[in-house]
Amino acid sequence: MAAGNLDKYKSDGTKLGNLLEWVDARFPATAMWRQHLSEYYAPKNFNFWYFFGSLAILVLAIQILTGVFLVMHYKPDASLNAAGVPVAFASVEYIMRDVPWGWLIRYLHSTGASAFFIVVYLHMFRGLLYGSYRKPRELLWLVGVVIFLVLMATAFFGYLLPWGQMSYWGAQVIVNLFSAIPFVGPDLSVWLRGDYVIGDATLNRFFSLHYLLPVLILPALVVVHLIALHEVGSNNPDGIEIKKKKDERGIPLDGIPFHPYYTVKDIVGVVGFLMLFSVIVFFIPEGGGYFLEYNNFIPADPLKTPSHIAPVWYFTPFYSLLRAVTYPLFGIDAKFWGVVAMGAGVVIFFFLPWLDRSPSKSIRYRGPIFKIFLAIWVVCFFILGYLGVLAPTPGRTLVSQICTVIYFAFFLTMPVWSKLDKCQPEPDRVTAK
Amino acid sequence: MPAGAGQGDCKVRGLLAFLLMVPMLALASGAELHLDKAPDRANDMGALQNGAKVFVNYCLNCHGASYMRYNRLKDLGLTDEQIKNNLMFTADKVGELMKISMQPDDAKAWFGVAPPDLTVIARARASESGSGADWLYTYLRSFYRDDARPSGWNNVVFENVGMPHVLWELQGEQVMGEDHRLKLAKPGKLTSEEYDALVADLVAYLKYMGEPISEFRKNLGVAVLIALAVLFVFSYALKREYWKDIH
Repeated sequence: MAAGNLDKYKSDGTKLGNLLEWVDARFPATAMWRQHLSEYYAPKNFNFWYFFGSLAILVLAIQILTGVFLVMHYKPDASLNAAGVPVAFASVEYIMRDVPWGWLIRYLHSTGASAFFIVVYLHMFRGLLYGSYRKPRELLWLVGVVIFLVLMATAFFGYLLPWGQMSYWGAQVIVNLFSAIPFVGPDLSVWLRGDYVIGDATLNRFFSLHYLLPVLILPALVVVHLIALHEVGSNNPDGIEIKKKKDERGIPLDGIPFHPYYTVKDIVGVVGFLMLFSVIVFFIPEGGGYFLEYNNFIPADPLKTPSHIAPVWYFTPFYSLLRAVTYPLFGIDAKFWGVVAMGAGVVIFFFLPWLDRSPSKSIRYRGPIFKIFLAIWVVCFFILGYLGVLAPTPGRTLVSQICTVIYFAFFLTMPVWSKLDKCQPEPDRVTAK
Repeated sequence: MPAGAGQGDCKVRGLLAFLLMVPMLALASGAELHLDKAPDRANDMGALQNGAKVFVNYCLNCHGASYMRYNRLKDLGLTDEQIKNNLMFTADKVGELMKISMQPDDAKAWFGVAPPDLTVIARARASESGSGADWLYTYLRSFYRDDARPSGWNNVVFENVGMPHVLWELQGEQVMGEDHRLKLAKPGKLTSEEYDALVADLVAYLKYMGEPISEFRKNLGVAVLIALAVLFVFSYALKREYWKDIH
């Protein structure tokens, strides 16, 4: 970043000025403000795709704030109450009915979970479009993928808490996957559950982790992500480095201070997002059975397995990778290799900065191979997501296997085709839209 | 953005749209359960009150509604006194939950399965085939005589259901015809139109009980969206003002 102005604040004689001078002598308040906001120079050509970073922070704040209030009324207790209903399930309905504005807080939280994934998927896709993971932003990208992993874990733990049928059996299916690991699997899955089946012990530990991860770990990772971003500077839709062209004061010619320019712009994004978010919260909080699954309005019943167990929509692409693997290999069960495929489907994002060998970063100047392959990959991702919701049939399994091969081939063959692709020359300066 | 890149984007988008169509056609699913559409009576207080009366008289003996409080029924235009005098048979205080005295363990022993709590049943029964209300509306009109079942009753929508046809005196007895259609073999106290109307009221009540806040939620949503739309105009104007020097 540009050489920051680290001068301490000198009071202008007002009371507020004196206070700030007092603080600044003891804490780098002004320096931090300048370094991260008023003198952080961001490229001036950000487009629509650049809203989703700040929106992810907004959704995280919504989730933490609503979550704190939900915890005041929620009870992580799998035992049955006098009416024969699990206490945890009944406490969610208590929030929906008897807690003042509890229904709103709960819908904000349940919709927020889906919104978080929509925003993060779009944020990651922006990275793919404009090569935001390329040098010098590899570490920034890696931290981002870790955030994505922690987000997935958080969502998984949180989904058990309403203790409905889908909560219960979804967790059962996923924890059982670990039992496919050779030798240690069965013991490992018991250790994770704290029991031989999903039960009260599981509910309590998932509740604990659903508080720890988003309230402590995620914000810490977001801070690391932002520090790394502000160290290397933001990428932009042209994928060129604005720091290569600076004025005599060392400020990038195509950079503008994040505050006020992008703070006021992001406010527009925030309000636009809140409008869409409100449409879901107030008019279709169940999201057609995708945001709140219908079966989850039936209390968890360990003796009644639903005929079809589907994870929530944001996990379905990876769930399809898991189900696509139907052949045993090296004498190990197909289930294990399915788990490996699912894990690899996420972990492969870590390698992206080194798989891509294209001379230009942005899709604007990359060749047709990238455009077509990326389009096919996106389509496969959607198909996998769609298939993950449905019960498997031989035809669907075949389609998901083809998509799985394409999903991985996109990444694994990238070092070859990304070099061959015919790129157009990049401009020296960013182009206005 | 350079013109060339723009054209490339369009082609990519077209390809994307085409590829998305292929699996949708290939995967179009087969036969689904046919459900009758439940009449919408969410804002008909008379219907909801009648539905509540049917519910406490016919359902709230075996099924509880254990997340719902009696005094919540004030939503339906009733007073505490009216609720106490007309709808409360087992509870003493109007703030109590709509529980039943049958113990879940006993119920299980007697019926083979404990009758489920009905508070959120209208939400739980929703599926791709229709809303939860549609399912309930069809289900409650689809009982027929089946001597092979312990209760003497079976149901088209819920095969081998444990529950007997509790409303049989009102509807009469249906039988399954050779053509796999239901026929009214013995008429009940109500005509078939009257019975459908009664079930529609009951289902409207069950839908209300599944989420008592839903009408308020939608009204509030309109206000929230209007407020946000105003805020959007101002925030966009603010952005324009700040950005007019940036080119």
